[in-house]
Amino acid sequence: MRRSRANEIDQYVLENRYMLILLMIALLSFLLFMRVAYLQIAQHGRFELLSLENHIDRVPLEPVRGLILDRNEEVLAHNVKVFNLEIRPDRVSSLDRDLEELSRLVEFTQEDMQALKTTLESRPSFERQTLKTNLTDEQVAVFSVNQHRFPGIELKVDLQRDYPYGDLTSHIVGYVGRISPDDRELVNEQGEYDGISHIGKIGIESQYEKTLKGAPGHSQVEINAHGRIVRHLKQDLPNAGQNLHLSMDILLQKESMAALEGLEGAVVAIEPKTGEILALASAPTYDPNLFVNGISQTRYAQLNSSELKPLFNRSIYGQYAPGSTIKGFVSLVGLEHGFEHAREVYCPGWYSLPNSDRRYRCWRRTGHGLIDGYAAIERSCDVYFYDLAIRLGIDRLQEGMMRFGFGQKTGIDLQGERSGLMPGMEWKKRAHGQSWYPGDTVNSGIGQGYMLMTPVQLASVTATLANRGVAVTPHLLRMTENPVRQQSESPVVAEQKQIQPQQDEFYDQVIESMRRVVHGARGTARGISTDMRYEMAGKTGTAQVVGIPQGQEYDEANTPKKYRDHSLFVGFAPLDDPRIAIAVIVEHGGSGSKVAAPIARRLIDYYLMDRLGLFTPEAESPPDRSDLT
Amino acid sequence: MLSTLDYPLLSGILLVCSLGLITLYSASGEDVDLLIKHVGRLVIAFMAMYIVSHIQVSTLSNMSLYLYLIGLVLLIAVLVFGSAGKGAQRWIDFGIFRFQPSEIMKIVVPMMVAWIMTHNSMMPRGAKIFLAVLSILVPCSLVILQPDLGTALLIAASGLVVVFLAGISWKTILALAAAGSLSAPLVWSMVLYDYQKQRILTMLDPWSDPLGAGYHAVQSMIAIGSGGIAGKGWLLGTQSRLEFIPERSTDFVFSVLGEEFGLGGFILLMLVYLLLVVRGFWIGISVEDTYSKLLAGGLSFTFFAYVFVNIGMVSGILPVVGVPLPFISYGGTSVVSLMIGFGILMSISQRMKPH
Repeated sequence: MRRSRANEIDQYVLENRYMLILLMIALLSFLLFMRVAYLQIAQHGRFELLSLENHIDRVPLEPVRGLILDRNEEVLAHNVKVFNLEIRPDRVSSLDRDLEELSRLVEFTQEDMQALKTTLESRPSFERQTLKTNLTDEQVAVFSVNQHRFPGIELKVDLQRDYPYGDLTSHIVGYVGRISPDDRELVNEQGEYDGISHIGKIGIESQYEKTLKGAPGHSQVEINAHGRIVRHLKQDLPNAGQNLHLSMDILLQKESMAALEGLEGAVVAIEPKTGEILALASAPTYDPNLFVNGISQTRYAQLNSSELKPLFNRSIYGQYAPGSTIKGFVSLVGLEHGFEHAREVYCPGWYSLPNSDRRYRCWRRTGHGLIDGYAAIERSCDVYFYDLAIRLGIDRLQEGMMRFGFGQKTGIDLQGERSGLMPGMEWKKRAHGQSWYPGDTVNSGIGQGYMLMTPVQLASVTATLANRGVAVTPHLLRMTENPVRQQSESPVVAEQKQIQPQQDEFYDQVIESMRRVVHGARGTARGISTDMRYEMAGKTGTAQVVGIPQGQEYDEANTPKKYRDHSLFVGFAPLDDPRIAIAVIVEHGGSGSKVAAPIARRLIDYYLMDRLGLFTPEAESPPDRSDLT
Repeated sequence: MLSTLDYPLLSGILLVCSLGLITLYSASGEDVDLLIKHVGRLVIAFMAMYIVSHIQVSTLSNMSLYLYLIGLVLLIAVLVFGSAGKGAQRWIDFGIFRFQPSEIMKIVVPMMVAWIMTHNSMMPRGAKIFLAVLSILVPCSLVILQPDLGTALLIAASGLVVVFLAGISWKTILALAAAGSLSAPLVWSMVLYDYQKQRILTMLDPWSDPLGAGYHAVQSMIAIGSGGIAGKGWLLGTQSRLEFIPERSTDFVFSVLGEEFGLGGFILLMLVYLLLVVRGFWIGISVEDTYSKLLAGGLSFTFFAYVFVNIGMVSGILPVVGVPLPFISYGGTSVVSLMIGFGILMSISQRMKPH
């Protein structure tokens, strides 16, 4: 019995243990209470924020980029609907597997894959990235059916920039491209680029990026745990970018590119009164549409390494010795300093400085004999201008030429314009550490030696000449337009500046001389005047690329192409009311009168007659100008 | 006819079940079909409770050993024939219904331990304790093998509390605790699966991997914390409605309640749970025979352990082990076994001394 009693459970101990267990339950309950209260009171703010961040998302809404139009409202750049595949890396379970399966449905190149992986590594995983652009209808259909197999990969309708005229406009309009790490600095400010994937890289697209871009809007959405948008909470809509109306005439541009077909060179045409650029052609060219979604490396290497330099915009980057095209301007500087245009100089075929036996040759070996300023321009006598340059001296020549815009940027609204070069004493000291020799002055008198001009500079100074000393900044933008209000805004009026000299009689004499270049019996460009229905002024130029040693002849046929002369022409028309000023440069084209001048004639004819309807056989008089506005 | 029912327990259970239906309606995304299924299971469970409440305590005591042995056979059967659910073998499929034997062990093990401690009067006390601990360890090990850590823990708690109530000396308790903590590293390296270790590690710092292993814990804490004192309101919890909380109808249903009803909701729920637990202990104190006392205490504590482990894991102070919230989580077997437990308590309550 004792044993069994000892085995009995003591009721007192049991009740004691009951109390202990209840105490433990009370403590554990209190612990739970403290924990829940800590989360819901002390940490409430933090968790409320996290819960908001969880389910409220701010989705950027991409603004529509402004259109780019020519002077007759032809569309040069617009946005077309395309289907793209987008990926949210953080929602994809296995990137490699998905990509492999996807590549069986839509094609991927190895290069695409590699580029994507590089992007994915450098960007946060919640950021959407484009997987493939421009899906074909068939690919869209195939993917749509299989969409459920690829969570995190979505088909998206996007607007993509398109340039309907392709390579015709690439050197003006430029192109947009994907925002790259180099652009980040510009892009990171204040969400200005939220939801925007492309940015103007070059040309007008880059120059007027801020105007074209528009402002992104935002949509506040509620999303569920799977990233699906459940509902839209509120929205502020994006503001579309402004449309740009350019001054260029796409048909004249097309004609210019056709005229340069197979050549390397540039054409710049300006309306002298307004400074509006009518055409800005650089040949050869490239298709800007290749760059919109990233050009392939091999394709880019091809373009970039081509000896013809299609990516190089010769019209504003190309710097050429202007040659004889500057002779009219040298005359103007002479006139200003009292050297009469009728003054005669003897040309024996060569020129030499006192106390020197070095001979500076005239292009006409037999010489021009006694010749005045009119004939010197008409027949492009070099000796006359060697002499005039020496008489003026480099300081006066440099100062006078720079007033016209030689060696000065024109201020055209395209980035990266070069300034050319109008050399002088100080410049030579600075650039070459050498003193200026009289021989340098001689060469400067005919636009050789150190002197350099871009095609747009040549067209611009020619326009100033046509305006008789009124310089107008050349520009491409005519006006901006708000696409919503369909209302033209801020028409661009270029700065006008009267420069010295301003005496009309000076211009009369020089312009008359340049008229004779085309219309005179012995004019260097008389070949282009056949059947011309209007009068014009012009000047040919044949610029040496390499110096010809003393006593040697230049033989075009036996000179390799890259050493052949550049062919140049500048001019404006009609003579009494200039509507177009033009500069034409054909690299290694040879004589200015044979290559560049006919191109200028063709383009002036086309513009005045076909585009403006002037001087056509039907339009007897007076020309109807209503189509200009 | 309804005289076998204990009304304080019954009203507490009905109160919790009502709270559960309200919360589940929101957690399931207003899924009425799911609610109807849940009510159906509750009805079956109430019937089970009613039937069990008619069984005499002496009968229960006599059945203890046989029920225990049947339970063990079923646990082994699960390991051999069981069907898998979420990577663990827990179920036996009887065709018309599936059954989770480990659930029922939460009742059978305390019965078995109470029986060992109160019967076999010829056996020395030390041997009884050894036998009791062994009878706990065997089913626990079988359940861990499934693997189902949460249920194993609850079974262990349900048995050990009876051993504790039985008045074993503090020396023995210390020795058992020492043995337990010494074997802990062994259990860590030999018994626990990688995903279980990961859960325990994640519990220590869920924010180290908020999108991976810590996702459940982090989203659940965000839900509870963002609820604040008053809650976001019924059907207005963004964490649950937008499906940020995984398993929000089952194990994580408390985070829905915490988000929509706040601290107030938690306190109300906790008070009702404590009412049930205290009533269970009161029944134990008020009966004469030791078996009843031990079993009442054991079952009441097991019920509390459910609540503590579930809310503890959902609020981030315990690792995520699969333990449902009693009468609120959607799911079959746990409701039935819980109700059977309360049926036993009601059966015991009929032997209470009138005050």
